[in-house]
Amino acid sequence: MRAERVVIVGAGPAGMRAALVLAGAGLRPVVLDEAPASGGQIYRRQPPGFTRGHDALYGFEAGRARALHDAFDAADGRIDHRPGTLVWNIEGRRLQVLHEGAPQTLEFDRLLLATGAMDRVIPFPGWTLPGVYTLGGAQIALKHQACAIGRRVVFFGASPLLPLVAAQYAAAGAEVAAVLDTTPMRAKLAAAPGLLTGGKTGWKGVVYLARLAARRIPYRHGITPVEVLGEESVEGFAYADARGRRHEIACDAIAFGYGLKSEWQLADLAGCGFAFDAGNHQWRVVADDAGRSTVPGVYLAGDGTRIGGADLAEIAGERAARAILADLSDIDPGDDLGQGAALAACARRIAGQAGLRRAVERAFPFPAHLARAIPDDCILCRCEAVTAGEFRAAIARLGPHDVNRAKAFSRVGMGRCQGRVCGPAAAEILAVVRGVGVEEAGRLRSQPPVKPVPIAAFADAAEGAA
Amino acid sequence: MSGPRFRRLAETGRPPVPITVDGVPVAAMQGDTLMTAILAAYGRLRVSDFGDGPRAGFCLMGACQDCWVRLADGRRLRACTTYAEPGMAVLTGAEEGTDAR
Amino acid sequence: MTGHLGLDAAIIGGGTAGCAAALHLARHGLNVALFERRTAGSQASGVNFGGVREQGRDFAELPLSRRARQIWDRLPELIGSDGEFMATGHLKLARTDEQMASLEDFARGAAGYGLEIELITGNRLRADYPWLGPQVVGASLCRSDGQANPRIVAPGFAQAARQAGARICEHEAVIGALRDEGGFRLETERGRRVTARTLINVAGAWGAQVAAWFGEAVPIEPQSPSMQVTEPLPYRVRVNIGVVGGEVYARQTPRGNLIFGGGRGWNDMAAITSRAGATNVMGAMQRLTAVLPWAGAAHVIRTWSGIEGYTPDEIPVLGPSLTTPGLIHAFGFSGHGFQLGPAVGEVLAELAISGRSETPLAPFAIGRFTGGATAGPVGAIRGGRDPNAAMQQGET
Repeated sequence: MRAERVVIVGAGPAGMRAALVLAGAGLRPVVLDEAPASGGQIYRRQPPGFTRGHDALYGFEAGRARALHDAFDAADGRIDHRPGTLVWNIEGRRLQVLHEGAPQTLEFDRLLLATGAMDRVIPFPGWTLPGVYTLGGAQIALKHQACAIGRRVVFFGASPLLPLVAAQYAAAGAEVAAVLDTTPMRAKLAAAPGLLTGGKTGWKGVVYLARLAARRIPYRHGITPVEVLGEESVEGFAYADARGRRHEIACDAIAFGYGLKSEWQLADLAGCGFAFDAGNHQWRVVADDAGRSTVPGVYLAGDGTRIGGADLAEIAGERAARAILADLSDIDPGDDLGQGAALAACARRIAGQAGLRRAVERAFPFPAHLARAIPDDCILCRCEAVTAGEFRAAIARLGPHDVNRAKAFSRVGMGRCQGRVCGPAAAEILAVVRGVGVEEAGRLRSQPPVKPVPIAAFADAAEGAA
Repeated sequence: MSGPRFRRLAETGRPPVPITVDGVPVAAMQGDTLMTAILAAYGRLRVSDFGDGPRAGFCLMGACQDCWVRLADGRRLRACTTYAEPGMAVLTGAEEGTDAR
Repeated sequence: MTGHLGLDAAIIGGGTAGCAAALHLARHGLNVALFERRTAGSQASGVNFGGVREQGRDFAELPLSRRARQIWDRLPELIGSDGEFMATGHLKLARTDEQMASLEDFARGAAGYGLEIELITGNRLRADYPWLGPQVVGASLCRSDGQANPRIVAPGFAQAARQAGARICEHEAVIGALRDEGGFRLETERGRRVTARTLINVAGAWGAQVAAWFGEAVPIEPQSPSMQVTEPLPYRVRVNIGVVGGEVYARQTPRGNLIFGGGRGWNDMAAITSRAGATNVMGAMQRLTAVLPWAGAAHVIRTWSGIEGYTPDEIPVLGPSLTTPGLIHAFGFSGHGFQLGPAVGEVLAELAISGRSETPLAPFAIGRFTGGATAGPVGAIRGGRDPNAAMQQGET
């Protein structure tokens, strides 16, 4: 087998598992990750000096987290893990990175993008006030920093994270004021059989609900967020119940989200193809049934490609690694490395989860109608502080057909986060103005750098190769 | 600015890391992100660049870019992905002045 | 979308010049349609630095540029938007005495065109621009220059043209055109057949392709600017900045973002994509901090590029075809067409309607490349080019 450099971006479950498979085959993959330690978001490790155990941090997933962490740590030396590394650009077979703040250019022969996901949100009045966080953010505060985002927290949205994070907060001693699901009860009931026959995941949800009920924490369905109460920070949350009646809850923090959204920026810069996933109501990066992207030599795994959660991510990581091995062996015919059967096994395991994935999508559907109804005076783009009304006015003035054009006219999605946060809602608003489906509004293109890079890093240091 | 935003639920026995926020000494702890260090004592991280009020971060995973804070020495750091270090002097207000530093 | 369209004038290319021409022709009562492969202002007109600058131009361009500058003040009346144009002035920096001498030369020459340039050195330079780095020894200031938002100017002209009755056909590339006794016949990628009495070629980096359909070979090189923007910073750079040599240029918007560029990105003409180019992006950051040292504390949040057409002498082709009556060219603005665009639109409308323009166009004749007759001496009025001109043009 020719010595090829395989680079993995992302050290969450998909990237870690892929690295282990490649290391097991004798390759020494390079694993680039922004965080100081492996684990990604779901299996994120607490900083040195913290003392809580795996059970406290990961709950039902403690066993999986521990197994993956231990295996990855044991492979030290066979995996070239480079934490503290931001990949900010891809051009051809080159990655531009900042490693501990210093610029480097890294060449690859094969690249696996396992870049994970963030919460998908829909702006609502007051969402930029101190005290409003994503569900994932609230979870990280607890898991990584042993903190709650406030003293009395309201959780709302439509996301598998909703009952999970609320239950974790309650268990850790935080006061949970209420858990409010935007999904109507009848939709949840319709999805329940699929959830409960799809393996353990659905039953975990039942346990979270039971734990919340045992603490007498209200759990409501079919709500509509109205606004944050408070001028300088969160003092309460107003919502409408399924019958449209307004309720106000006193709280000093709010966590919300509507499922996850792939961090696909690097796949975009690599030139990978995208497709609209109607089931999940969002774009995903196109991968074949072995995790190959549309760009030769670029592979995909985990939530950075298509949202499926940690277990699927780990299988997809293994699958992509085996596809890489199989493709490498194509260079030297006669040594198939036995990947065919392993790939088929991964594919079966992934196919076996398809029903559950669909059930989760049905149980926590993206409430696109909330995006279309964002009031004019509500900030849509929190980076650039552009309101939904200003966005609608820019659309009316110059008639853009896609979100990139709308961004150019309005600055929505033009700030530090490049539309990661506001992009989905902006597309919904544009689609409703144009009277088309949201896929017709397109998706915001990624531009280098995928995250802000400090000028001084390039001005001070001569660029190194590594 | 208002009182503490984050509430520490555990891991409170860590060694202290002295920093200041808007000139006021704050008792951070080893392993705190800059965000935790500030928000465990304070109500905001920064103000919006465009005058629409205080901000205190959002995603905590280095994606939303709404927790960039400014240090007195001119550095700009993403608070959720940077650990607090002794001596950091955070300024959470709007940057003033139009002259070169 | 198939069908036939009979026009007075067809325009190929939706940059500022083309959209402005469509606006003026429609207001003059002509039946006009513009065809654009993508969207109005999606390449050179929309992705450039946003400099609205007469300073530093080839003197051959100054009459056209002077005319354009008048229009920039009238954008609100013309298109209902100011395009975020602000007459901030343009400050060109010298790092050596020799560079300062070249600024003095330009200022003298520009005076002959009625363009006022102030030379600034010593204490006044430091007092007026305390944010400049120590390398800068002097500068020349053109107060009437400024900056605007390129993302909205061409679309603004397109929208005004639509409202004036022009057809603006976006996402509809013209795939071929010829002229016979009946006039011009065009076919678009959507299968639409178009006839027109006049054809205007404002196809930017693709302008040579259109010219070639009519037997006129112009060597156009596609180039890509390399643009970057920082997070918002305190608003201190209230003037548009260039340097002699052109390797870096910068401006700050009132919102605080520092926009800068310099050098070249890369493009793929087959895929019609372009990037600012990592190597150049990193180099431009270094060049920026050489002039504005404090900018090192900022983060770049986005880079971008586009595709611009460069001629060998880096001034445009602008005027009638020498092979085909009724065909008018305006392309090859070589990375500095943004300021000119509104005036080019007027000139094109004049040429289409009367066959003449009040602005001298001789230096821009296509014959200088095709070997055909030129309408006047080309070299005689050239001048005012900086040393190291190769790096100059990106600064729009």
